[in-house]
Amino acid sequence: MTTSAHPLPSGSPLSSLGWALADTWTITRRDLSHWALRPGEVALGWFFPVMIALMFGGLFGGAINVPGGGGYFEFLMPGMFAMTVLFGLETTMMAVTTDASRGVTDRFRSMPMSSLAVVSGRCVADMLNSVVGLSVMVVTGLLLGWRWHGGLASALAAFGLLLLLRFALLWVGIFAGLAVRGPESVTAVQILVWPVGFLSSVFVDPASMPGWLGAIAEWNPLSVTATATRELFAAPGFGGESWIAQNAIPMAIAWPALLIAVFLPLSVRRYGNLGK
Amino acid sequence: MRPDGTGRPETGKVCAKDVNMTETEIAISAEGVRKSYAKAPEGTGLNGFDLRVRAGSVRGLLGPNGAGKTTAVRILSTLLEPDAGRASVAGFDVRTQARQVRRNIGLVGQYAAVDEVLTGRQNLVMFGRLNHLSASAARNRAEELLERFSLSGSAARPVGTYSGGMRRRLDLAASLIVAPPVLLVDEPTTGLDPGARQEVWTAIRDLAESGTTVLLTTQYLEEADRLADRISMLRAGRIVAEGTPDELKASIGDDWIDIVLSGAADAETTRVLAAGVASGEPRTDGPAHRVSVPVTERTRALVELVAALNDAGVEPEDITLRRPTLDEVFLRLTGDDHVTGDGGAVRDGRAAVPDTGPDTAVRDTGPDTAVRDTAVRTKAVRTKRGTP
Repeated sequence: MTTSAHPLPSGSPLSSLGWALADTWTITRRDLSHWALRPGEVALGWFFPVMIALMFGGLFGGAINVPGGGGYFEFLMPGMFAMTVLFGLETTMMAVTTDASRGVTDRFRSMPMSSLAVVSGRCVADMLNSVVGLSVMVVTGLLLGWRWHGGLASALAAFGLLLLLRFALLWVGIFAGLAVRGPESVTAVQILVWPVGFLSSVFVDPASMPGWLGAIAEWNPLSVTATATRELFAAPGFGGESWIAQNAIPMAIAWPALLIAVFLPLSVRRYGNLGK
Repeated sequence: MRPDGTGRPETGKVCAKDVNMTETEIAISAEGVRKSYAKAPEGTGLNGFDLRVRAGSVRGLLGPNGAGKTTAVRILSTLLEPDAGRASVAGFDVRTQARQVRRNIGLVGQYAAVDEVLTGRQNLVMFGRLNHLSASAARNRAEELLERFSLSGSAARPVGTYSGGMRRRLDLAASLIVAPPVLLVDEPTTGLDPGARQEVWTAIRDLAESGTTVLLTTQYLEEADRLADRISMLRAGRIVAEGTPDELKASIGDDWIDIVLSGAADAETTRVLAAGVASGEPRTDGPAHRVSVPVTERTRALVELVAALNDAGVEPEDITLRRPTLDEVFLRLTGDDHVTGDGGAVRDGRAAVPDTGPDTAVRDTGPDTAVRDTAVRTKAVRTKRGTP
């Protein structure tokens, strides 16, 4: 031991909050460094929804009737924003399960750092990731002729709802990431994302589905957020006679709130149970 | 954490020296620690685990797969809560003073717990920051550790491109950011090639020389023999023997004479002659033309055997008198006397081991698959400690 490095002092409640913030930022920066070191991988995550949007908009768009008329892209883009948010679930889950299976989570837990920071750092990094992902989609949409018609405030509210859903899915992802055995298991969830995505109003109007299936699709949290954002963007085809379609905006707050209420405590408990 | 003297036997007289340790001299202590897993009721847990490690020493925790080594390390590093019993590290209770324990330990787990995407330098700076070093201190410390572990040249490369040995060294470095007084190392060389193993051994030895207390789990006897001042043998969740490597070897009594022959022709003659001076059954290595003989009175037995071989016209290539190897001790203490293979039957199962106290698990000997697996594996790394 030639020199020994001494940690900065800590002790007061204020400094422990300060350290929680500092540790959160350190963990966040770790993810940002990943972006810099593996730009291809991260960019692929951002451009994958672009590809899906072009595929559906370009290939199937002509054959799909938009309720109330109007261009398919106008209908599709808000749905694709919601879909982008859903893809974030995989990002979170993959990161959490990789750290857990490689022993990185254990190293964090064996260090005198803030234990809150492991989760909050993940949270900030993943939210930033989704903000960039959504921005890429917005630019894509604008290039393809999508516009919002309801004013800037409504548009911002729509993005707020999308990020709220992302925040809720973050806790689902953390819980699932701690529950599965390793990165291999994530594949199963990646497959499950598709039925959830398709059984919704993202791509088509649930009214075109068989009655019972359409009802499930309308109640899908993804659909609720998509419908709410369509309403806020004043996009065509947000309507629908059902109660859920009529109350999309409050429900786009209620659904994520419910997910958070369930999965946040579950994640915290699961994290605590790592020591059991 | 002195035992209160209410009947819990110390693990034999081989650890008599350590009984007098005062509180401040003990860096790691565990008393009656129990841990069982709902998912694995058999094995891998702890079942009355006791340990007292003197500050500044290197303790080897040796045991087969499933003996509870990793569980012990996880409890001592606050990652796992014990079901019962008490444990403290650097004077702090692992349950009630976890934060203080974490300030005083470095943990090197079974996997190299570093970020694969980040570079070596980024990893160390990140762990430095999480240890609450200032930005500049974290950078300086990272450079210092990279230098010390010969990683400076690869510091700017992602860890994903590192070899197993480099990863392990980085992992060690990451555990040493704040120069912890206690280092817990779980199977540091499992899966490494011999060169990388040497690198890790050197690193751990250097640390021990600088005064760090090291608790090292291993299933490699050679590793424990080389690195540890004292060895605790773990079986089925409890310590069955403890002592210096020499004490443990002495505890099973006999020395061995190894006779290496030039061909198979004299093997049977040698074996018969050897049986005359042996304290147990001699064993032969077919392919190596080697006969190993357990003896009690070492010098007299050696002289008699050489004379007898001489009379019979047998000219051995080599004769060595040696202490038992740790794996002979290990196999005896972990209760598997029936191992066969290139070494033949290890022992004939004579009287149980002395000096391990009345309350050891040695008595319940019997075939045990986990033990057997390890026995076979350890054979591969078995070293011969000859005394020419």
